[in-house]
Amino acid sequence: MSGSGDIDGWVGRSVPRKDGVAKVTGQARYVDDITMPHMLYGVTVRSSVPRGRIKAIHYSDKIPWEQFTIVTAANIPGENVIYLLMGDQPCLASRVINHSQEPIVLLAHSDKNLLEAARGGVTIEVEPEPGVFSIEDSLEQKEIVWGSDNILKQYHMNKGDVDSVWPSADFVVEGEYRTGAQEQLYIENNGMIATASPAEGVTVWGSMQCPYYVQKALMRLFALPAEKVRVVAAVTGGGFGGKEEYPSMIAGHAALLAWKSGRPVKMIYDRAEDMAATTKRHPSRTRHRTAVSRDGKLLGMDIEFTLDGGAYATLSAVVLSRGTIHAAGPYRCPNVRVHARAVATNYPPHGAFRGFGAPQSIFALERHLNKVAAVVGLPPEELRRRNFLHQGDLTSTGQEVREPVDLEGLLDRAFSATDYRAKVQSFARSNIGSRIKRGIGFATFMHGAGFTGSGEEYLASIVGVEATADGGAKILVAATEMGQGSSTTLAQIAADALGISFDRVTVAEQDTANVPNSGPTVASRTCMVVGKLVETAALALKAKVAEAGIAGDFSTASAAYIKIHGPLRHFAKYAAPPGIHWDDQSYQGDAYGAYAWAVYVAEVAVDTLTYEASVTDFVALQEVGRVIHPRVAAGQIEGGVAQGIGYALYENVQWKDGRMANNQMTNYIMPTAADVPPIRVLFAETPYAYGPGGAKGIGELPIDGPAPAIANALENALGVPFDEIPATPEKIMTAVRGAR
Amino acid sequence: MRKELVDLSINGRRHELAVEPNRTLLDVLREDLRLTGTKCGCDDSSCGACTVVVDGQPMLSCLLLAVSYQDSQIQTIESLATQGELGALQRGFVQEGGSQCGFCTPGMVMSLHTLLESTADPTEEEVRAAISGNICRCTGYMQICRAVRHAVAEIREEEIREKERLHA
Repeated sequence: MSGSGDIDGWVGRSVPRKDGVAKVTGQARYVDDITMPHMLYGVTVRSSVPRGRIKAIHYSDKIPWEQFTIVTAANIPGENVIYLLMGDQPCLASRVINHSQEPIVLLAHSDKNLLEAARGGVTIEVEPEPGVFSIEDSLEQKEIVWGSDNILKQYHMNKGDVDSVWPSADFVVEGEYRTGAQEQLYIENNGMIATASPAEGVTVWGSMQCPYYVQKALMRLFALPAEKVRVVAAVTGGGFGGKEEYPSMIAGHAALLAWKSGRPVKMIYDRAEDMAATTKRHPSRTRHRTAVSRDGKLLGMDIEFTLDGGAYATLSAVVLSRGTIHAAGPYRCPNVRVHARAVATNYPPHGAFRGFGAPQSIFALERHLNKVAAVVGLPPEELRRRNFLHQGDLTSTGQEVREPVDLEGLLDRAFSATDYRAKVQSFARSNIGSRIKRGIGFATFMHGAGFTGSGEEYLASIVGVEATADGGAKILVAATEMGQGSSTTLAQIAADALGISFDRVTVAEQDTANVPNSGPTVASRTCMVVGKLVETAALALKAKVAEAGIAGDFSTASAAYIKIHGPLRHFAKYAAPPGIHWDDQSYQGDAYGAYAWAVYVAEVAVDTLTYEASVTDFVALQEVGRVIHPRVAAGQIEGGVAQGIGYALYENVQWKDGRMANNQMTNYIMPTAADVPPIRVLFAETPYAYGPGGAKGIGELPIDGPAPAIANALENALGVPFDEIPATPEKIMTAVRGAR
Repeated sequence: MRKELVDLSINGRRHELAVEPNRTLLDVLREDLRLTGTKCGCDDSSCGACTVVVDGQPMLSCLLLAVSYQDSQIQTIESLATQGELGALQRGFVQEGGSQCGFCTPGMVMSLHTLLESTADPTEEEVRAAISGNICRCTGYMQICRAVRHAVAEIREEEIREKERLHA
C-alpha cells in the first residue's frame, strides 16, 4: 500500500490510517497525557438543586483555603457567558440556577487529591424554586423557566396546504412517538489544560471538535482579541457531538483558574461528572397526523416535533432545524406541515449528538409509516415503495432532488441480503409456541450532509494546503481527528489532487495559531465540505507550481519552487454549489447540498421470560457517493449502528430531580462486544459532483436507521407497537402484558 | 498519607519508587512512571481502558493498589512494540481499522494480547468474550474482531515460515 501513488489514485483504497501506529502503541497524546511544569488541577463546584436563587456561598473552615485558587463569576474579566449561538448560558452562575449541574465555583490546587475534600467544603446556599421537567410542563408553562414562554426556538415549515387534504383522504392516521436522552459516551472524558495571563493572553489544549468555537467563547469571556486566544486540539478520544459545545465551558473554567493563579491548570472530568454535567441527545416527542389514499399514496403529513432543550439554548435551534427537515423523510408528499419547537426545562442543556435531531424525527416517521401501512392494508415496504422520492421530485422543503436516487433498488438489495420476505414468514411460523420471539424490521431514510440551509455560506470555511520543502504537502484545517479518520481521508484527497504519494501528505495539528477556520468538525461535513476545499486548494497549489514552469512532478517542482520563491501554499474558501437557494423565513429551498440514502434492516430476538431483546443480525446499506476509504467508511457505519442499537434498546438516562441518576458506565448500559451482532455494511456508490472524488457525508447517517428498524422488528416479533425508545425489558414487558 | 517504598516490575524492568498505599496502579503508571499509554475512562472498573496484564491475566489497573503488586509481572501497552516494531496484534489493529479514536485501544489490545497468549486461534465468541469488559464507542467491535483474525493469520504464517527455515 505504501510507496508512490499509482495511476488508480489513493481515493477508494483502504490505506493504513495516519493515526494508527501512535494509537496502538499508546504513544498518542490525549489531553490527560500532557503535563506542564507547576501545573495545578482544577475542579468545579456545581449546584445541587435544579432551579433556584443563590443566596450565599459558604466555605468550610476545615479547608486551608489560602492554598487554593478560587474563582467565581466575579473573577471573569469579560462577559460571563459561554457564547455560541446566543448569550444565555453563563460560564459561572452568580444569581440564578437553571439546572442541577450549573457551575458556580472553581477550585485549583497542585495536589489533586486535596481537591475532592475542598469541593465538599463549599456549600451553595440556594432558595429553591420549582422546576420544569417535561416537554408537557414546559409547553403548558407551569413555570416560565426561559424567556417569556419557554420556547427556545420554533419553526413552521410548510409545503402545499395540508389542511386541504383531510376531507378527501381515505384514511387519516395519527400517532405519537418518543425518544429518550442519550449520552455520547466517548471513552475519553472531556478535559482541558490552560495557561493564561493578561500579557500573554489565553492558550488552551484539549479534547474537542471545534477549536474555533472554543476560541470564540474565550474571546468573549476574557474580552480578548482573536490573536490573544490560542486553541489547540489534543488527540481527541471520541466526540460524537459531545465535544462540540461543552469544551468551550471547560476551556473557560480552566483558563479562569489559570488567569487567577498564574499557573497552568488542568481540568479533566471523571466519568460521573462528564455524564451528569455535559450535553446529551435531546429527548423528543413527535406527533403525526397523516392523510393517505386507499392505494397508499401520502396526501398530507402534519407533524408536531418537539425537543426538550434543557436549561439553555446552546445548539437547540440547529438541532431542531435538522430534525425538522428530516421529519418527512425520503418520501414524496405534496402537503407537509411541520411545527417544530425546542422547549426549555431544568435539565442540564441537551446538545449535539451524531444525527443532530434527525434520529428523533426519523424514528417517529419510520414507526408511523408502519402504522399507516397497517391501516391501509399494505406491507410496510409496499407503502414506502409507493411514496419514495425520485430524481426530479421535491422534498418537504421543496428541494428538487437533482441527483439520481434509487430507493427501490436499495430496498431490493437490502431485502435480498437479509432474505427479508422469507424471514417475515418463517418467524411468524416459528414464533408460535416459542419462548423466543423473532422479528425483522427495516427503516428507509436519508441524511443531509453539511450545515443546513445557508449555514455553509455563513461559515465561509477556509482550508489551506502547503507544500513542504521535502516535496510533500501539509493540510491546514481546523477539523479535528476524533477517530472518524479525517487525517487519513483528507490526506488521500490531497494526494490524488497533487499527484503525490499518500505517505507524503500530513495534516497539521489543529492549532488556531496555525490553521485557518475550516469550520467545526460536525454535521458529516469534514469529508464532503472540508475535503472538497482540500481538493480545491491542492489543485490550485499544483497549478501554481505548473505556472512557474519548473520541470518535474509536483514533489520535485514544488521543492524547487520553495527554494527559489519561499513558502508555497494556497487557501481555498467555501463557495456554494451552483443553483443552491435557501429561504430561512419560509424554511423552503435547498436544505443540504447532498443527501445520503439508506435502507437498514434489523433482526431481533426477544426472550419472553426475561423480556430482554437482542439484535441478532443487522444489514446497513447506504448510497453515500464515492467511498474515499472503504475501511474507514465501514468503521463509521458499524460504530454508528452499534450506538443506534444502544439508543433503541439499552441506553436509558434516568432522571431524578433534574439530574442524571445513573451517571456511571455500570448502570448506564451501552452495547459491549457481546451485545452487538455482526453488522453487515453495504455501499452503493453514485458519485456526487460537488464532493471530493464524488464523496458525500456519512458520519451521522448510521445513527438514524437502527432505532426505527429495531422498533419495527420488535413489533414484528411481538405483535405490539413500540413507539418509545429505549425499549428496555421493563417497557417490553409492559407492552406485551398490556396487549393481553 | 505516608509513602511506602515499593518495587514494581513493569515491562520487564524494576522500578523502585515511593508511593502512598492508597494509590492505584493506574495512577502510578501514568503519573509516576509517565507510562501514559494506559488510559482512565471511568475510574470505577466498568470501561476497561485501564487494562494491563498482571502475571499473564488482564486486570483493571484502576482497581489495583500499586503496593500490592510488588511480586507481580506487570505489562502495559508500551511493552508490545519492540524496538519500534509493532506486534502482530497491533499491526492487525492498524490494518483493519480496529482503532478509531484510540482511547480504548491500549486496554483492548492488552485484553486480546492475553487471549492470544492462551488461545492461538480463538473463535469469534472467544474474541468477543475476551473484550466484553472493554468498551469501545467508535467501532461497533467489528474491525477489532477482524484485527484479531488478521493477527492470528499473520502469526500462523510466521510460524510456518519459521518451521520451513528450521527444516531448510
